[in-house]
Amino acid sequence: MRTTYRDAMRAALRQALADDPRVFLMGEDVGRYGGCFAVSLGLLEEFGPERVRDTPLSESAFVGAGVGAAMAGMRPIVEIMTVNFSLLALDQIVNNAATILHMSGGQFNVPLVIRMTTGAGRQLAAQHSHSLEGWYAHVPGLRVLAPATVEDARGMLAPALADPDPVIIFEHGSLYAMEGDLPDDTRPVELDHAAVRRPGRDLTLVTYGGCLPKVLAAADALSAEGVEAEVIDLRTLRPLDDDTLAESVARTHRAVVVDEGWRTGGLSAEVAARISEQCFWDLDAPVGRVGSAEVPIPYAKHMEEAALPQVDDVVAAALEAVS
Amino acid sequence: MTAPIPTAGQQPVTAADVELLRQMLRVRRFEERCVELYSSTKIRGFMHLYIGEEAVATGVVSCLGPDDAVVATYREHGHALVRGVPARSIMAEMFGRVEGCSRGRGGSMHLFDASTRFYGGNAIVGGGLPVAVGLALGDRMQGRDRVTACFFGEGAVAEGEFHESLNLAALWRLPVLFCCENNLYAMGTALELSESQPSLALKAAAYEVPAWTVDGMDVLEVRRAAAMAVEATRAGHGPHFLELQTYRFRAHSMYDPERYRDKGEVAHWRERDPIEALTGRLRAEGLVDDDVLAAMEQEVAAEVDDAVAFAEAGSDEPVEDLTRFVTSEDQR
Repeated sequence: MRTTYRDAMRAALRQALADDPRVFLMGEDVGRYGGCFAVSLGLLEEFGPERVRDTPLSESAFVGAGVGAAMAGMRPIVEIMTVNFSLLALDQIVNNAATILHMSGGQFNVPLVIRMTTGAGRQLAAQHSHSLEGWYAHVPGLRVLAPATVEDARGMLAPALADPDPVIIFEHGSLYAMEGDLPDDTRPVELDHAAVRRPGRDLTLVTYGGCLPKVLAAADALSAEGVEAEVIDLRTLRPLDDDTLAESVARTHRAVVVDEGWRTGGLSAEVAARISEQCFWDLDAPVGRVGSAEVPIPYAKHMEEAALPQVDDVVAAALEAVS
Repeated sequence: MTAPIPTAGQQPVTAADVELLRQMLRVRRFEERCVELYSSTKIRGFMHLYIGEEAVATGVVSCLGPDDAVVATYREHGHALVRGVPARSIMAEMFGRVEGCSRGRGGSMHLFDASTRFYGGNAIVGGGLPVAVGLALGDRMQGRDRVTACFFGEGAVAEGEFHESLNLAALWRLPVLFCCENNLYAMGTALELSESQPSLALKAAAYEVPAWTVDGMDVLEVRRAAAMAVEATRAGHGPHFLELQTYRFRAHSMYDPERYRDKGEVAHWRERDPIEALTGRLRAEGLVDDDVLAAMEQEVAAEVDDAVAFAEAGSDEPVEDLTRFVTSEDQR
């Protein structure tokens, strides 16, 4: 079945709401507006205002309310408009959701799912465009997901809700309109493994989320030049699947990590470090990285494009790694 | 909607109120022992004493049922004790023992207990309020007739989470009892130095939350106000707010040299000691005498002794367990 990432996500939400009376959705404009990216369009009419709850612009309160409701036996799905806005709820996510289970000696788990958009590419400027998922991947107690395909957009929500602990799902804003094929017998996907999206022998390109289409395009361009790149989609940013990374790099002996976040202290730094730790003796070249320029993402189209990882940047980094 | 709490004159004291005295005394004697144990380095980290404020937790918690929830702050030994968390497990927690109510992971500031629905022990000022709103939301969505009592200091009123939480709870008419323990100082900063509008009840009223100002040094007044507020909250009339005017007799924490308040002020409030006040009234009515009080002291001392012995004999959590409960072991 041909569908979009947005529709796949909506189908997952609809099924979750239909399957489990403990599940409810809350966030800014998820109801009457239909979701700021139209993901939850129609769900208010279908499930009513108790289960599709418009909230005030109070990120800390409604995320914290999700923490409390989860501890009280519900299965809340909290939507935050963008990762930039989630900083207003950082206290509840880091100090409570991620912490209470361990700090309470295992007494109170927090089965909370938080969804938010991330990333740039739509000329929304610096306060709507950053990629801060690496910050969340830093925190023990959280599971961090980044669906990059229509199938993962459809399939990741159910296992996230089944997880007894907090899960954050990052939806890259540029992916919502992306089309893809969905098997008719939609099933939950597993969350523990990275996926090899394209097999290759010459180097490993590691990425996730909104960069996956760019990296696949770069792999096609590299193929035309005789370089066969293997493309790994991390899918789960915490915990990272070290085995899939190591298995691939042990074969290809070269790796480039592509991440829309900034490189300094970022997720690409973590992935590169793990590859170096695990595969040092297999490597034939330094692990390369492609990230965003170390600037707040600007509005003007040419400046935004210059700040973000582009297909040509990935190709250049790959060619350097195999040179 | 802010109205002075209906006055009924001084509350009559009855034989049943001896239990309130006993609960306050448990908190007082437990914490006095904690000071000694801190000095002898058995207890470490930050430790915040509730001495002077015992009437607040004692009065409010006495109005809760076993299925209700409590969310408290880092100054929560008293709330945990009167809620029914065993003194043994609290003391063991402060010793960092695995037998502690949080396995020694939380310490003084992070007491948790599932069996009494005691949700911490929150050391981010204001951070417990959204969680209380969510607990009430979860209870309400599941058709449960429960109340969540959320304690916080007046310092939390300056946090955005206070305003967001009152608004959300009122908007959705959730069964939260907001209990603001106004002890006049946010650590060392006086209320009038941090609030343009120092009337706390007015702030709650701005969110259409019925708010009452209560003498937090009089446990009978606290209980009377809390009983009305809990009943109205449980009945579906939305959240209620109590400003409980109280005073901590001791320093903010064990590190506080108390430069921000003068000794005369502390002495003035000590004259209103809630334990002495209730003792005096019970005596005047002939409901307790020296023998009863001595027996009560003896019983409380025995409980504290037992808690300390339990903590002393406790064990350290195996270091191999360090990473347990980062995620759930039972993958439901």
